Parts: sequence; structure tokens; C-alpha cells
Amino acid sequence: MNAPAKPNSFRSGPDERGRFGIYGGRFVAETLMPLILDLEKAYADAKADPAYAAEMAGYLTHYVGRPSPLYFAERLTEHLGGAKIYLKREELNHTGSHKVNNVLGQILLARRMGKKRIIAETGAGQHGVATATLCARFGLECIVYMGAVDVARQASNVFRMKMLGATVVPVQSGAKTLKDAMNEALRDWVTNVGSTFYCIGTVAGPHPYPGMVRDFQSIIGRETREQMQEAEGRLPDSLIACVGGGSNAIGLFHPFLDDPSVEIYGVEAAGHGLTHLHAASIAGGRAGVLHGNRTYLLMDDDGQIQEGHSISAGLDYPGIGPEHSWLSDVGRVTYLSATDDEALEAFQLLSKVEGIIPALECAHALAKVKDLAPTKPKDHIMVMNLSGRGDKDVPQVAEILGTKL
Amino acid sequence: MTTRLDTRFADLARAGRAGLVTYVMAGDPDRETARAILQALPGAGADVIEFGMPFTDPMADGPSIQAAGLRALGAGQTLRKTLEDIAWFRASDPTTPIVLMGYYNPIYIYGVEKFLVDAKAAGVDGLIVVDLPPEEDEELCLPALKAGLNFIRLATPTTDDKRLPKVLQNTSGFVYYVSITGITGMATPDFGQTASAVARIKKHTSLPVAVGFGVKNADHASAVARGADAVVVGSALVDQVKGSLDASGKATAGTVSAVTDLVSSISAGVRGARKAAE
Repeated sequence: MNAPAKPNSFRSGPDERGRFGIYGGRFVAETLMPLILDLEKAYADAKADPAYAAEMAGYLTHYVGRPSPLYFAERLTEHLGGAKIYLKREELNHTGSHKVNNVLGQILLARRMGKKRIIAETGAGQHGVATATLCARFGLECIVYMGAVDVARQASNVFRMKMLGATVVPVQSGAKTLKDAMNEALRDWVTNVGSTFYCIGTVAGPHPYPGMVRDFQSIIGRETREQMQEAEGRLPDSLIACVGGGSNAIGLFHPFLDDPSVEIYGVEAAGHGLTHLHAASIAGGRAGVLHGNRTYLLMDDDGQIQEGHSISAGLDYPGIGPEHSWLSDVGRVTYLSATDDEALEAFQLLSKVEGIIPALECAHALAKVKDLAPTKPKDHIMVMNLSGRGDKDVPQVAEILGTKL
Repeated sequence: MTTRLDTRFADLARAGRAGLVTYVMAGDPDRETARAILQALPGAGADVIEFGMPFTDPMADGPSIQAAGLRALGAGQTLRKTLEDIAWFRASDPTTPIVLMGYYNPIYIYGVEKFLVDAKAAGVDGLIVVDLPPEEDEELCLPALKAGLNFIRLATPTTDDKRLPKVLQNTSGFVYYVSITGITGMATPDFGQTASAVARIKKHTSLPVAVGFGVKNADHASAVARGADAVVVGSALVDQVKGSLDASGKATAGTVSAVTDLVSSISAGVRGARKAAE
């Protein structure tokens, strides 16, 4: 493929048609178009309203618990013997991951739009828990679609959502995972279009979702800039984060995209390996159209979508946010991949040397920190987004390691 | 340029009756049977045929059509084979219009230019691509019109008078009015509201208006046919395929007739509708 021309700014997307280069767009049924246009307008109005920003800031501080710390991982740094490693502690947010940043923004927007019924899809359950939490906080009806396979492997998150008053709908179609949960949520939205707000959990879907969710998550990168100035008096040299749909990653990356000195790495899930079962859409997929946007997707020669596979239920989506597809094509971000085994090893390493149990999702980023950090000089500063905590994964990891709980 | 669709709707208008548009899925439950169904539809009373292009993730369709798509894919159906099936049908039926219906990704991966050339050559008359709203017309709609294919757009209850002109702008062949907000094969619409919606659309266009979603039997079809230029039936036919399969999911001697019997019955409802209303 010919490399697209480099833009003056990597931060100006999406354009008025919702595109990042050729990616993004609005590939949805006509029934949804009027609603998507309403949402685009409502978000533009909210962005221009200082009262909305002030309301967000208040809840982020007092309910979510921001800013999240930027933690110097001294023991991990010593262990790897290279770059100085910092962890952005998104796992310390209320509900245990970065997902709450985005859900707060969308729920406040839904309230402004007068919507009382919220639907969401979830893979590992972190987005579902965050959505159920904020619906409880604001007294909104909450329906979460979750693949039946994920319902079985993330039982504790399913129970949490139910405790919070949400209805969890196990999706029995297709492979019964995140892709199918998203199809089912879109069907619900088409059916209940007047009353319902669809709270999408990642930087994918039809415009304006990819740009809007990125804006909500960019607080991760903005805080990192400030905290790094305070800690080291300069910008970091590299950033790294795991990528499923890619919301935690773009949240960290976006405020640094126009700083050429900062190397940026996204890490996809390579599952059993890139030639076998995996969920690495950029490394092993190509451009296609699904779930409202054009982006890199896993598919066969006939354009039929294939299932992603990862040890992590949050990464096994067969696509990726369209802005990531574009950042890969223009060469601003380097996308690597980590296998299930590498992630499992990194999961145990961080637990043992730092006393932090990471989510299996971010263990993928950590696996590549293990590879990259030793190759860097000691004055190289690397920031990894620790986007979620691993409590939810403990039963699954125990089973893999052969321990009966 | 006059297309097979234009000719067919002009004939229906002259005959003073509504048309019947039947949807079946290519390759469902297997290629041979689907071809036999396709070939039998005009004789059973279909005026226009929608031929479904199977897709793994049909997000605006209900369980019936999703299952039909997965049966077809499981039996090895591809977009190339679907186009070949239409060319095969055209060899014996040069007049019944065929509209391909589905989602964009398989066409995008096939290659838009190549697809339009091959579709035209195979005898396809129009396209309905559910996930391409007017905002994405440059992708396929405009190239299809240029290639001499009709591009049929869906209008829905959420398409208000302000948006309707945008939806109709590059539409040709006919307008497909989706009678409910929802997915295929589920709720039955309020036929009174459907009739007023058709009247509203007709204020904006001279194109024929076909009404679909939720039409399951001859009575429904007859009610719709009083106010619309055509009635679309899909999930009910696809359910007939499913109901005729043996325990292992294979076609039986009754599969083709299960579909054509319902088409004949619905066709009678459509043909008798205006007489019944007089």
C-alpha cells in the first residue's frame, strides 16, 4: 500500500465526514442516521458549554478519583535493566479501569439529551461495570449486552453489573463474544431509537463515537504530560499501551501525537500467534467496514468477519478504532503484538515485583515493555498505561496455571 | 435509461395492482436449492426478487435472516457465487428484476469497480446496501448509478420530512419504506400508519414505494398493498426454508415448495387487495 502523506498535525481528526484519512465514517442503517446526527450536534454543543466541562471535572475529581497517579516503577525498572518505567495508574479509578472516564462523558451527554434508557456492549465487563455504575448514580435504566461466552468467563463482573441494577443480556448469536454483543446492541438501538442512548465503550463505531470517546479518554495523556513535567521536568521518550478497540491507548497517545521526540507503541493481542488464532487487526487484518466504521478488520477473502481470539476478553474484538488504523498507515504509532503466553508471564511479573496485579489486557502492553525497556538507555523514560486491574482475571489465570480456588 | 425495475413497475401500474417483492438468501440452505427457489419465484407470483448476499454480521437484520446467512456461508456461498447464480437465472428469465441486498463489506473487499462490472454482466438490476446511508454515497451509490444499476434506499419512520429529500436524492428504481423502527422479521407494523407514511413519501418523489418489515402472510400483504406500490416479504420466506430442513439442517424434497406455497398465497393477497378495497 502507498504510504499516505503525513499531515501537519496528527491531532486534528476526524474531518467533517468523520474520517481519519480513509478510516472512520458513518456506515449505519438509515434508521440510525437521524439519531447519529442528533448525537453529533449534542456533543458539539456540550463541548462548547463550560457548564458541561465543569460538571465533568467535578465528577472526575470526586467520584472517579482523578487524577490517577503516575507511578515510577522502580523495582520493574531495576528488574528489566534499561529504560526508566512509569505506570499511569488508570486501574485505581473507581470501577477499576479507564472505562469510567468515557462513560461519565457519555452519560452526562445522555442526560443533556433527555435519554433515560442506556444500552452498552461489553467484552471483559469493565465497560459494562462502568456503565452500570454511572446509570446507578444517575438513576437511569441500564441494559448491557455481553456475549454468552464472556458472561461465563467474567462471572464476577456480571454479578457486579447486576448488583448495580443493570440488566445483563447474554448474546447467543455468532461466536457469543464482544463482536456479537455489539451487533445486538446496535439492533436494540435500531428498535428503541427514540428513547435510547447507546454508550459505546471504545474508540470505534460510527462518527462521532471514535472522536468523542477519544476526547473523553485524552485526560489520561493530558495528566501524564503534567505529571511527567513535575516528576522529570520533561516529556517522556516513549509511550506504550494495549490496543483492543484502543480507547486507553488513544487516551494516552493523543496529547503527545504532535511531539516528534515521543515514540509511541500500541500492543495488539497475538493470541496463539499471528499465524494461528489472534485478535491483531493491524498486524493480521486489512481495511474493511463493520459496526459503522471503516478500519482494519480480521476477515476472510470474501469479506466475512472472523472471530478474534485472545486470552483477554477485552481484546478479542476483530477490529480496532479507525484513528489507530490511520496512525498506523501514516507511521506515527508503531503497533506490536503480544501472545497469550507473553501476557500471562507479564501478568505474573508485575504482581511479583511491584505488588500490582494488572488486567490481562494491559499485561499485553507490559509484555512489550519487557522486550523494549532493556534495549533503551537508562535515561530513557517510558510510560505504560496500566488501564485496568486484574482482580476480574484472577479466577481465569488460576485455572490456566492449574490452581483450584 | 430504462431498467428492468422501471419496466416492471410501469407494467404493474398499468395493470392497476401492487407488486410483490420477495427476499430470499443466496446459497440458503445450499447453492442448488437456493437456485431452484430463485428460479421458481416468478412462477409463484414474485414481481421483483431481492437476493440476499450473506454476511456474518447483519446488524439491521433479525435472527431469521442472520441464521439464513450463516447457513449459506456454512454451505460455502460467496459473493462471486451469488453473482454466478444470478447469471444462471438470467439465462432462463430475462425480465424479472433482481435486486441484491446486503451489507457493504463483502462488496468493498470484492472491489467496488469490479463488483459493479460483474453485477451488471450477471444481470443484476439494483442494489440495497443497508449500511450505506446518503452520507456515504460516494462509496457505492454514485458509482452504481453511473454503471447503470439502480440504488434503492431505505426510508424509515425516523426519516422525517427534513431528511427525506436527502434520502431520495440518489435513489432510483423504487423506495423501500421500512415500516417499523427495528430489525427484520420482528414486529408487525400498524398498517394505517404505514399507509400515511407512504402518502408522505409520495409527496416527495414519483418513484414507486415498496413497504417491508413485518409482513408475514397474505392478510398483512393485502393490507399493505392497498396503499403501497409493492409489498416486500423476506423473513417469513426464510423461515419457510428453515422449517423445511431435516434434522441435520439439510434441504428436503419440500424445501422449494415450502417457499413457493407461501409466495403464491401472499401473491393472491397482493393481487386481490385493491379489488377487496373497492
